[in-house]
Amino acid sequence: MGGTPTDLKLIDENGLRIDGRRPDEMRPLKIEAGVLKRADGSAYVEWGLNKVMAAVYGPRECHPRHLQNPERALVQCNYNMASFSVDDRKKPGPDRRSHEISKIISEALTHVVFTEYFPRTSIDVYIEVLQANAGTRCAGLTAASVALADAGVPMRDLVASCAAGKVADTIVLDLAKDEDNSGQADMPMGYVPTSGEIVLLQMDGDLSQEEFGKAIRMNVDACKKIHEIQRDALRRRYATKAEGPEYAVAPETKGVA
Amino acid sequence: MAKDVIADLKRDYIAKLLAKGTRADGRRFDELRPLKVETNFVGSAEGSARVMLGNTQVVVGVKLIPGEPFPDTPNSGVLTTNAELIPMASETFEGGPPDQESIEVARVVDRGIREGHAVDMGKLVIEPGKEVWIMFVDIHVLDYDGNLFDAANIGANAALKTAIVPAARAGKGEDYPLPVLHQPVSITSVKVDGKILVDPTHDEERVAEARLTVATLETGNLCAMQKGLDGAFTQDEVLRIVENARRLGSEVRSRI
Repeated sequence: MGGTPTDLKLIDENGLRIDGRRPDEMRPLKIEAGVLKRADGSAYVEWGLNKVMAAVYGPRECHPRHLQNPERALVQCNYNMASFSVDDRKKPGPDRRSHEISKIISEALTHVVFTEYFPRTSIDVYIEVLQANAGTRCAGLTAASVALADAGVPMRDLVASCAAGKVADTIVLDLAKDEDNSGQADMPMGYVPTSGEIVLLQMDGDLSQEEFGKAIRMNVDACKKIHEIQRDALRRRYATKAEGPEYAVAPETKGVA
Repeated sequence: MAKDVIADLKRDYIAKLLAKGTRADGRRFDELRPLKVETNFVGSAEGSARVMLGNTQVVVGVKLIPGEPFPDTPNSGVLTTNAELIPMASETFEGGPPDQESIEVARVVDRGIREGHAVDMGKLVIEPGKEVWIMFVDIHVLDYDGNLFDAANIGANAALKTAIVPAARAGKGEDYPLPVLHQPVSITSVKVDGKILVDPTHDEERVAEARLTVATLETGNLCAMQKGLDGAFTQDEVLRIVENARRLGSEVRSRI
């Protein structure tokens, strides 16, 4: 954790955060399923100032072939940040961070997909971060689950994902960028609500055992809410679109010419 | 790019429709698909736009960063255009360094902006010969249903038009709107079975013999062109394509 000293007052005298949230309050989350036509399944997530698109192709032939598994499908995730998604332009292409995130998201999703139904194939998940404001891996995993379901890939459940952390010695949910930059801890988590399993967990910073417990509980509660929003996105998708996918636009798109 | 095959059945279907004077989506030969332009789509970019041209969807982001000018143009900002044909957008796109197709898209969009003087590059100088604004135009393709050239060009124009030079953030004075001069709009046509179709879908591109992209200005003048694929156009066909590009270009310009 950076823990960079800051003049920002991360928690004010009323116990509220920079953006006015309570410690256990998530940023607004909107999910839309089936937003891309070409992909087999897709989902778009706006989570606070994060904008993340996920697309799924497959099950399809597995490349590279030496990764083929005769028993089950391989879930291959690719997390990528657009060069304009952050304040300083990011050099296009994968770096060490995105490789790591791709790997842990692949592993989290593999757990919920019935991979044994599709031996030798690959299920390719693409996550594109268009605008980043901390918490993009959680937004990516949340979107990817919905995109997999939209693609009709059989799954045990949707993975919901959220992060908790510590700012100004307070455990808070879903850190925004300003908090992440000067916070004391960050703990992203992926959770399967129906089974209560944790399929992704990372932590950096400094947390006491008690704080850790609190952060986990906050994440679990948040993931249950996120799960509802994910399911709602799928319901809306299939209630309104009886026919093949047509792109849908986020409801409050502005500046449409 | 992976080899992209098309079934004979589909090829015949497209050809039969064309013989009847129509297209698979019911458009006239010289008609664009529905166009939606949404600006300021990405807050972290200095200017941005999401463009939907039919089912093709592109996000263009503009970033401006202080840097060194080229030695031969000390009093001019620098334009860098980059396109990413990411695997999300199509099963035929692969990850990794840019391939020929994405390089061509980036270069054709770049040519339109540069040669059409979309931006007054002389006003992007911080200290002559030492420091200028480097303008990155990054094209991110999300959904590919043909005609990336025009979707990306429209996105670039819209993103530039709304861009703000982040001078305050870089400690170079006050922010100011990017000095935009012109909107060089490109219109792409393909030739299929001897017919000229504007704004081809992916299926139409796959059966096309030749392609021509024409960028025009407010005056109706041309500022950039690019012919692609291994087929050929007659002189008369080229004239018709240019005429369509001028007419449709001004239609599109009014909506950016």
